[in-house]
Parts: sequence; C-alpha cells; structure tokens
Amino acid sequence: MDFKKILTPILSIIAFLAIWEFIVWANGWPNYVMASPSDLPAAYMRYWNLFLIDSWQTLWRTVAGLAISIVFGTFLGMVMGFSRTARDALYPLLVGFNAVPKATVVPVLALLFIGAHDFNTVLMAFMISFFPIAVSVGIGLSTLEPEYRDILGALGASKFTIFRKIALPKTLPEFFGALKVSVTLAFIGTNLVEIISPHGKGLGALFLSGQTNGDYPLMFAVLIALAFLGILLYYAVVALEKIFAGWAERQPG
Amino acid sequence: MENLIDIRGVTHAYQTKHGPLPVLDHLDIRVPQGEFCAVVGPSGCGKSTLTRLVAGLMKPDQGEVWLHGEKVTSPRKTVGMAFQNPVMLEWRSIIENVMLPLEIVAPGMAKSEKVARAEHLLEMVGLKGFETKRPSELSGGMRQRASLCRAIVHKPDVLIMDEPFGALDNFTREDLWQTMRDLRAAEPFTAVLITHDLRESVFLGDQVIVLSGRPAHTQYVLDVDLPKDRTIDVLYEPKAVDMLHLLRDQIRIAQGRDEEMH
Repeated sequence: MDFKKILTPILSIIAFLAIWEFIVWANGWPNYVMASPSDLPAAYMRYWNLFLIDSWQTLWRTVAGLAISIVFGTFLGMVMGFSRTARDALYPLLVGFNAVPKATVVPVLALLFIGAHDFNTVLMAFMISFFPIAVSVGIGLSTLEPEYRDILGALGASKFTIFRKIALPKTLPEFFGALKVSVTLAFIGTNLVEIISPHGKGLGALFLSGQTNGDYPLMFAVLIALAFLGILLYYAVVALEKIFAGWAERQPG
Repeated sequence: MENLIDIRGVTHAYQTKHGPLPVLDHLDIRVPQGEFCAVVGPSGCGKSTLTRLVAGLMKPDQGEVWLHGEKVTSPRKTVGMAFQNPVMLEWRSIIENVMLPLEIVAPGMAKSEKVARAEHLLEMVGLKGFETKRPSELSGGMRQRASLCRAIVHKPDVLIMDEPFGALDNFTREDLWQTMRDLRAAEPFTAVLITHDLRESVFLGDQVIVLSGRPAHTQYVLDVDLPKDRTIDVLYEPKAVDMLHLLRDQIRIAQGRDEEMH
C-alpha cells in the first residue's frame, strides 16, 4: 500500500519527462527553442553550486514570508471571526488588496526600500500569501456552531479559553487547507521579486541570467528546480497537517 | 422541598429585522431539588431559549431565574449541558472529551482523579473499552452517551438537556432513556429536559411542563405519578397512556394558539 503510494507519483513524473523528451525529439526542436529533459543534467552539473546557493535563498525567504503570513493571517482571521464589525470593515479592503496584481507592487517596494532585497522579497512572499489564511481562519471561527461555544461557555470559561480549547483546534483543518494554497503563493511571490527586481538573488535571478545569456537548458533547469522546491514546501505543509490536524482525516471505507 | 430551579415570570424577545419577536411570556417553572423536569411544547416556542437562560448564557428581558437560591446573572460552574448534537471534539479521544469540563471547573484536580471519574461514568453508560477511541469511530447513540457523561462529569447541580435524544432512532432512544434513568439514580443532579417526545417526557420526568405556542408561558404542569425505577413497559400501562393522551391534548391546544398568532 505505502510502496504503491510512493511508486505511483514517481512513475507519473517519469512518464511526464518521457513525453516531454519525445515531443522535443519528434519536432526536432534545437535546445534554444525548447530544452529537453536530457539537456538538464548537464546544466545542473555545470552550475550546481549556484543552484544550491540560490535554492537556499529562495527557500528561506519563502518560508520567512510564509511564517509572517501565518502569524498575521491568523491574527486577522481571529479579529474577523470574532467581530462582525471588523469583518464588514476589513473584507472589502482585503479583497481589493488581494486583487492588485503583485507584479505591479514590485517596483513600488523596490523604490520604497531601495536595496533591501531580502526584506522586499520576504515582504512580497508575505503580502501575496496571507489572504487565504485570514479568510479561512475567519470563516472557521465565525461559523463555529453555538453549541461548541456553549459547552464551555455554560461553565463560565473565558473567550480565550474557548478559543484555545475549541475554536482553534476546530479551525485547524481549514487552516491547513489555506496553508497549502498560501505556501505556493508565497513561493510565487518570492520568485516574482527575484525575477523582476534588478540584481536579484535566488532561483529567479538565476533564471534571469539564463535568459540574458541565451542559456535555455539553464532556464529549464531552474524551472524544474522551482517545481521541485514547490513540491518540497507543499509536502512539508502536508506533514505538519498530519501531525496537528490528522484527526480530521477520515478512515477510508 | 427547596426549589433548586425557580423561573419567575420570565419574558424574553429577540430583536429581528421585523421588530421584536417575543418568545417567552411570563414563564414560571419550579423544579425541586433532585427532580427531573421535562419540558414539551410546539416547535419554535422558545424551549431552547429557556435552556440558555437557565445556563446563564443569556439574560431575560424581564423576570428572574434562580438556581439554589441565587439569582442567575452569568454562567455557573455548577451547570451541565447536553444538546441534540453531541458536540464531540473530534481531535480528542472519548475520555478526553468527557474530561473537558473538569479542565475548566477543577483545573487543580489530579489527572488520575479526572481519569477515574471519567472512566467511572463511561462504564456506567456502557462505553467501557471505548475511552481511547475517536468520536468519529462511535455510533450516534454512543456519542450521545459520551456527551451525557461530559455534561455531568463535574457533578453539576443542574443538568440542562436540549433534545439530547432527538436525532436518534427509536430503539437507541429508548436505550438512552434507560441510561438516563440509571445516571439519575447514581448522580444527584436536578434536570431540565427539553423534548418533542411525549413518551420520553413521561418516562423520564417527575413533572412534565407543557409550554404554550410562541410566546411561551406555562400552559400545563403534569405530575408524573409513576414509580422512580420505571421500565419502558410502564409506558404501556393505562396510567401512563392516560397521561400521554392528556399531554397530546395539551399540545394540540398549544398548537391551536400558535395558529391564531399567524
């Protein structure tokens, strides 16, 4: 069972690479039009130290941005979940903020905090990813059935105790659902800054240098590395979910 | 005997978009210590409001609720509640669910004592061996049994139940009635049971209070003059059947008043 669980995705990835290789080969595309998977190992071997350094850059800034998202998003969700007035006041602002294409914010940030590249990147990863967390925590709290409050409320428990013992754990499955979306968004935010802002760091900057030098296999190698990091982050969240909200998973059958 | 629960002239209305909606109108209920009071009435007549008032979760517009000779103004640690939804916390095991009120009411109590108390109650309701199971692994009836244990684990004076057996099938419901009867014999609480089921009210109640249609006042009080250790069979005896007929008629009257309102 477990063996099958690991083998199936590996086989699907191999199939994907094989189809990609075949399409490039069948069309006879040279690697300056479309690189094929067989071009990639050479790119990784040639630039392995850059890949390691830049992956780390991308990774830590994404995680830092996401961490701020979790704290801020949860706080905002709590405020919106407990107060109708706060919800009415904040929702349009939040939706508007979320609707602004973040690519347009990059130059604004770059001007505001000139040269603070790490700071800008973390800030963007945060700004792009807190929305789902805030909304899901807010909805989770505001839709808590009154009985759940009453079982402790009838004993005179404080609002905070009810939050800690009931509302918070009950919201965890929704929270992790949102976190799975947010982790990908934070990752996109990090890369956005890395690619758009000049003299960037991280995998995005490596992609840009591949583009500048017309090194197509390098660009594709970066894309694959990004996909790999994205998968890594996503499954890190899944692992956390298993630990903290594993109870929500129903046994099949 | 002292009236443990004393509801005096309680009047309450909810504020809605279409103006105030009166739900309780000079309601009077008195329950002596240790007695079991079943409350029946037409749908939407304010029965659930009554439970929240007795629990101190709401304040009435007019009138007073007294428990144990003290006026209720806020929630008290000596109240237990059970609802139609067993409200099991899925992230806790059954025994951890049962111990929950003790964490609020008796934070200093030794863990081993809490466990012993919860295990004792679970055994009484027939859930021995299910302590470490998750709520989702239990049937609806079993979850409701655990919910009853949780409602009385901290030895409350007053147990307030809002249709706790309403969502169960008939056979499970009758099993639960007997469990309730046994719990009552073993634990010293005074109970208020809101129900739609007249047979349930007669089987469990020492008195049955019929509420009128909305806004509800006390329309009729029936003293259930049956032996304490009742079995389900008692419901088929002429005395109980007469009571059921009488209650049925009272409900019809209550519903009639409700129709006039609309």
